[in-house]
Amino acid sequence: MNRHRIGMLVTFLVALSMVLGACAKATPAPTVAPPTATPGPKPMKVAFVYVGSVGDAGWTYAHDLGRKYIEKHVPNVTTSYVENVPEGADAERVIRDFAQKGYNVIFTTSFGYMDATAKVAEEFPKTVFIHISGYKRNDTNFDNLFGRMYQMKYLAGMAAAMKSQNGKIGYVAPYPIPEVIRHINMVARGARSVNPKATVQVVWINSWFDPPTEREAAETLLAAGCDVIVTGSDTPGPVQAASEKGKWGMAYDSPNACDNAGDGCIGVPHWNWGPTYAKIVEEVRAGTFKPTGSWLGVKDGLVDFKFGPAATAAIKKAVNEKKQEIIDSKFDPRSGPVYAQDGHLAIAKGDKLTDKQLLNMKWFVKGVIGKIPGGEPAPTAK
Amino acid sequence: MTTWSKVPRRGWTLRVERRLTRPRWVQVAVPIFSIVLALLAGALIIALNHVNPWAAYKAMYDGAFGNGYGIAGTFVKMIPLLLAGLGVSIAFRMKLWNIGAEGQLYFGAFLSGGLALFLPKWLPGWPPWLLISIIVTGGMVGGAFWGIIPGYLKAKLEVNEIITTLMMNYIAIYWMDYVVTVLWRDPHSLGFPLTPQFDRSLWLPRTPGLFFLPANHRVHIGLLFGLAAMALIWVIMRYSKWGYEIKVIGENSRAAKYAGMNIARNVILVMALSGALAGLAGASEILGIVHRLQHQISPGYGYTAIIIAWLAKLNPIAIVLVSFLFGGLLVAGDQIQITMHMPGAISSILQGLILFFVLGGEILSEYKLRFVRREEELS
Repeated sequence: MNRHRIGMLVTFLVALSMVLGACAKATPAPTVAPPTATPGPKPMKVAFVYVGSVGDAGWTYAHDLGRKYIEKHVPNVTTSYVENVPEGADAERVIRDFAQKGYNVIFTTSFGYMDATAKVAEEFPKTVFIHISGYKRNDTNFDNLFGRMYQMKYLAGMAAAMKSQNGKIGYVAPYPIPEVIRHINMVARGARSVNPKATVQVVWINSWFDPPTEREAAETLLAAGCDVIVTGSDTPGPVQAASEKGKWGMAYDSPNACDNAGDGCIGVPHWNWGPTYAKIVEEVRAGTFKPTGSWLGVKDGLVDFKFGPAATAAIKKAVNEKKQEIIDSKFDPRSGPVYAQDGHLAIAKGDKLTDKQLLNMKWFVKGVIGKIPGGEPAPTAK
Repeated sequence: MTTWSKVPRRGWTLRVERRLTRPRWVQVAVPIFSIVLALLAGALIIALNHVNPWAAYKAMYDGAFGNGYGIAGTFVKMIPLLLAGLGVSIAFRMKLWNIGAEGQLYFGAFLSGGLALFLPKWLPGWPPWLLISIIVTGGMVGGAFWGIIPGYLKAKLEVNEIITTLMMNYIAIYWMDYVVTVLWRDPHSLGFPLTPQFDRSLWLPRTPGLFFLPANHRVHIGLLFGLAAMALIWVIMRYSKWGYEIKVIGENSRAAKYAGMNIARNVILVMALSGALAGLAGASEILGIVHRLQHQISPGYGYTAIIIAWLAKLNPIAIVLVSFLFGGLLVAGDQIQITMHMPGAISSILQGLILFFVLGGEILSEYKLRFVRREEELS
């Protein structure tokens, strides 16, 4: 083959992969309510910037459910979104574009948008910017918002350990960041609350959304003897892999995540952004919005747990009871004693993991098998 | 039975024949016609989404080129595409298939990012322009280093550069993950994989003279780096002995060998220059736009650069135009999501269609179709 042709072929393959990738991501256009001229509350324009595709069945899909919830439940509102916005140069342009087009509230739903959101918020003081999962905010128009998903991960750990026959749980872990680490830790704590010998084995995949890698990680864990796979990444692929092998899995992110994950899906700790988003939009409309840096839990309805086909009556009863205890503040998954991975006492009985410790968590609790790249030693209880 | 198939049948048949020469108008008309066809095919896809294609194309044009912010966004996207596109084009001239611009971009970003983080501490009081010069040079050295490795393997051991450059992309991207997660993670980032922000004095200044853009535009002087690189490559290819050698090796490496050209040395040098330009793209992107290291600093600029280089037929001046158009296409992709509520994948689909049609047209125009009588063919 002529060398010139090889170059053409390579170029064709690159282009082909781009087109196929694009097709895989293509999703039907959203339907958007036309602005109505009827007298009523002040019209609101709400925008969403998504890191993934609305068809990812996971993180972005869950946010898009929130957007649809607003359209349905908040009067006189129009929404718009841009999907697959990379976290580099593009985010700032897209966010600024929405602000210029007169959107009143802009939700930026990935950690990597934080700097860009902060910058545009400075330029458009009349627009409200809500950044999900970060830590920066100001006093007037820029807030951060996140959920105490770890509460639901504790319940997931309980359910996983009740289903498991050998006490070996596997965790498909996206990135070694505190959010993921505390979720793994809470799965381990929940699991060991029902089976003190349960373990959680971790595989890092370095991605939030990578269907083949997610599946491979689950298959590795199944081959290593784990019989329940908990996933922290976006697709239900790991749960499907477990179902196909006659084992069980715990999905993540969206309330529909169990739908196509096979009979082995025990349940899903999921996000429920709609009501919180609607509340923020109404506050902005009323002029009462104030950035507070919210970290909301199951009590506020931002996170929840839904059962799948593999949840037994006993699992449902135990999980529902524990969930009610969390809502009633009778139980807190943060409370000590907490033992670190090496067995030493990190948080004494009567004490709690603080929010600061959770937000900075770089260490594993007892029962987790795995290593954190760039991890730090656990505290020692006094 | 055998006799039946030998019976000559009457009629005409189509024969594909190679053109010996291509008239000049074909060379110009074919790409233009191909792009029109690609846009028509795209229109079909847009129509299938129940959107008026004309309105969608108009929205795309308005979004990318219709106002100052759109043009500024297009320029910002164009800078890394231009630099990386020039980088791969010079390798392609020598028929050296460097598809590792993405990795070279990442490694350049890594090295210049490290310098940007630590130089202010090591050399306190040095003027920012000097520090920026060192940092940008560091980015080029990083990219060149990442290009020299597969270049050396190719030159000395005949290792296929398509494989090595592609594989080294993954190494560079994961290395960046390691750097931002473990090595240089910002202690104040709550454990998120980010380095601290670079000192404000090290951010690349804006390109001067763009008075037609809004005051807060982000078009940094990476644009000037890109134009300088274009001029450099144009001069090298047109006037220098080295450029002549690159062309001869690309056309016929055996002849080049007989002429006494050192192919191994040229492979390494060209990969170094190719990588340096991609590294410069990485350095200018992090110094001009991102202002820190993080993963995902490039949404595949290094791969889009390959498409740009081919569409421009490896001509440096055409690369400037094509990368500007592709920057616009990417910006337009976000725009039609906002204004037309269409899926963002449409701009990737258009990119792919344009390339398919242009390259397809290119190949087809090398041939001509001729009707011939069957008898004639059998004789």
